[in-house]
Amino acid sequence: MEYPDGLYYTKDHEWAQEEDGILVVGITDYAQGELGDVVFVELPEEGIVLKAGEPFGVVESVKSVSDLYSPVSGEVVEVNQDLEAEPETVNSSPYDRGWMMKIALSDPKELDKLLSAEQYMEYIKSLK
Amino acid sequence: MYKTVLCQRHIDAGAKMVEFGGWLMPVQYSGVLSEHAAVRERAGLFDVSHMGEIFVSGPDSMRFVDRIVTNSVCNMKNGEIVYSVMCDDEGHTVDDLLVYCMGPQSWLLVVNASNAEKDYNWISTRVQGENVKVLNRSPEFGLLAIQGPKSVGIAAKIMDIPQDLKYYHFCVVEWGGSQLIVSRTGYTGEDGLELMVETGKTVELWDALLEAGKDEGIAHAGLAARDLLRIESGYSLYGHELDEKTDPISAGLSWVVKMNGRDFIGKAALEKLKPARKKIAFTLEGKNIPRQGFIIRAGGKEVGAVTSGTFSPVLQKPIGIGYIAIGGNHTGENLAVEVRGKEIPAAVCKLPFIKPGVKK
Repeated sequence: MEYPDGLYYTKDHEWAQEEDGILVVGITDYAQGELGDVVFVELPEEGIVLKAGEPFGVVESVKSVSDLYSPVSGEVVEVNQDLEAEPETVNSSPYDRGWMMKIALSDPKELDKLLSAEQYMEYIKSLK
Repeated sequence: MYKTVLCQRHIDAGAKMVEFGGWLMPVQYSGVLSEHAAVRERAGLFDVSHMGEIFVSGPDSMRFVDRIVTNSVCNMKNGEIVYSVMCDDEGHTVDDLLVYCMGPQSWLLVVNASNAEKDYNWISTRVQGENVKVLNRSPEFGLLAIQGPKSVGIAAKIMDIPQDLKYYHFCVVEWGGSQLIVSRTGYTGEDGLELMVETGKTVELWDALLEAGKDEGIAHAGLAARDLLRIESGYSLYGHELDEKTDPISAGLSWVVKMNGRDFIGKAALEKLKPARKKIAFTLEGKNIPRQGFIIRAGGKEVGAVTSGTFSPVLQKPIGIGYIAIGGNHTGENLAVEVRGKEIPAAVCKLPFIKPGVKK
């Protein structure tokens, strides 16, 4: 399991990477491993405005289903359309080609509430 | 929690282990989709040692077994197997099981892991003066299932499998100095075998089958793949399509209930039964997966619930099994499954969802 430094993490197992006020969001290696083979990712409409902690979509694996929660507040500016045809990318490349949405951060202070890679790894350990 | 003797093998192979029916079992190894593909196209090896083995023997054993199961066993010959259910006096399902005829005075019942103790208690307390012996010998045996089009050929490399071993038949095979009960049965819809082996030889047999199937691309297969394969093939699973509130007629299992010229526990109730609901199979529009417990609606009105659902890799769409009420003011058409507040249209279809590969 990999948890790259420099990303933000949530206790709901999303990761986020900031680039110039835009946050790229996906699910962590741990999350994809727990879900198993992903067969469907339901993503929001572009332009929709989300609050931090609000569900923005759903990921269905053969085994189970899980809500996706936005790590921050802001407007969804892009979603990963490739996941419609290739949802398995979430398993094979969770931090890169398996990204899910890009959100324009409305309050940069919200980033302080997110976990670092180190804190997230501690959190996962506490789950076992 | 119970462990099979293969537990460490599963962990070493990278399996994700979960609790199932009181047992710690491998839910998946490489991934449910690749394991499913291996079984449909080549071969997969399952540890099903958690299943229960109950032996019934004695002069009255045929008459006794015939009285506790809904299917008739009186015309069975040594080497034949039937699928059946056991009912209580109300006609509700105690368990579903395979009955092996090992001779007129020797019967083997292979039952669900989660029900093994309940079944043993149920069966042994049904004895009414008959001269029979009921033994729960589950701990003495491991059970492996090798399933898929290449599976019989793989097993035949390491043991003498009779070429003419037919579907739902078994034979006793010598292997490595011990005797195996090898049956042409399974829970995947593919051709394959189930091998019952003494517990102490189970690990050795597991390793030997994996080694023998290397060139054919045999894969370890876990419970998640097993569930996916059985849903595509339309097989019931206790705790989903069957339980202590469900009769076999409503469950679409009339073909294992033989009413004529015999008596069995639950017969009187089943004769009088007017089913209030029926089992249906359906595909779902879109890509949301129907899960156990999701509500089925007809014209907005709740008419039933999903008992099993998954995404079929063969059909490339979500599939499900459930129950709907019979009668009322719905036609059984225009059904929808409620998925997180949304009604997703469902198209009723026949079971199995996919054409079976088994050779009947």
